Amino acid sequence: MSPDPAHGAPPGSPPASAGAGSLGPEAQVLVGNADRFVNWARKSSLWYLLFATACCGIELMQAGASRYDLDRFGAVFRATPRQSDLMLVAGTITHKMADRVKRLYEQMPEPKYVIAMGSCANTGGPFYKDSYCVVKGVDLLIPVDVYIPGCPPRPEALIDGIMQLQKIIMKRKNYGAKA
Amino acid sequence: MEAQAIHDMLKGTFGEAVVELQGEGFSPAFVVVAPAQINAISRFLRDDPALSFDSLMCLSGVDYKEKFAVAYHLHSLKHRHAIGVKAFLPREAPSLPTVDDVWPAANFHEREAFDLYGIVFEGSKDLRRILLPEDWEGHPLRKDYKYPDFYHGIKV
Repeated sequence: MSPDPAHGAPPGSPPASAGAGSLGPEAQVLVGNADRFVNWARKSSLWYLLFATACCGIELMQAGASRYDLDRFGAVFRATPRQSDLMLVAGTITHKMADRVKRLYEQMPEPKYVIAMGSCANTGGPFYKDSYCVVKGVDLLIPVDVYIPGCPPRPEALIDGIMQLQKIIMKRKNYGAKA
Repeated sequence: MEAQAIHDMLKGTFGEAVVELQGEGFSPAFVVVAPAQINAISRFLRDDPALSFDSLMCLSGVDYKEKFAVAYHLHSLKHRHAIGVKAFLPREAPSLPTVDDVWPAANFHEREAFDLYGIVFEGSKDLRRILLPEDWEGHPLRKDYKYPDFYHGIKV
């Protein structure tokens, strides 16, 4: 956040006699950039729609478990699209699944983001040739914001992908879902 | 019981419906049978106390280009012996009787063979596609299968 007069310690106030915790009425005014505030709130509470269909899902679970601890992003996994900001497509998407992916994405409220995790979600991966059933990249169905390479990517790569998405979110203007 | 003995036993009961024994290079050995008799032969293999094949381990479709086959892998938990049963089918309109009334496990396997090879199992309880969507065209594990260009507007 940018420094502003209401935040921090303005010269001369509050008096030392007020003591900690008693900041006075003027301290409840926050002057700043609304876009930065909204974007900061959004990027700090990304709720992921659970969408693990293959081995990338195991890496996703590891990223959520105690060793890598995705919760420190202020985030929880949601099993419903209605309260999700981010769809993490972790795994192979077949043509039978494609309609469901699309429907779940459409059920998510704006602003919404998509991370394609791993080779299958990016391009169809090892099923790119000689497969009649695998969708050759989830971007054929829904718009993707961040692609994470790897087969499967390690949890560090997933966390890096989420941080890349946070950078994208911080660049939004006028509370916009998409720049 | 050895494969040869099982083959001889089947030959004695079903005669011409048992075609040959394919022993070399197969484990377990395969008894090739006439497809029309598959249900009766399966029931005999399950119910005869000397055989008692109570477990259908696998049922697979096979594409030999000029013909199809359905291969049954049987195992007896009681006698700890195994045998394969194979039925060859013509490429045009392949169909044979179901065995899901003999081994209920056959149902999912038959649906898979129907889905991927288009082999029809007559008298099946519930013969629907199991892996592919219901509106999928063709049977993808057939060797002459042509991929569709699009499915629901998405490039395949």
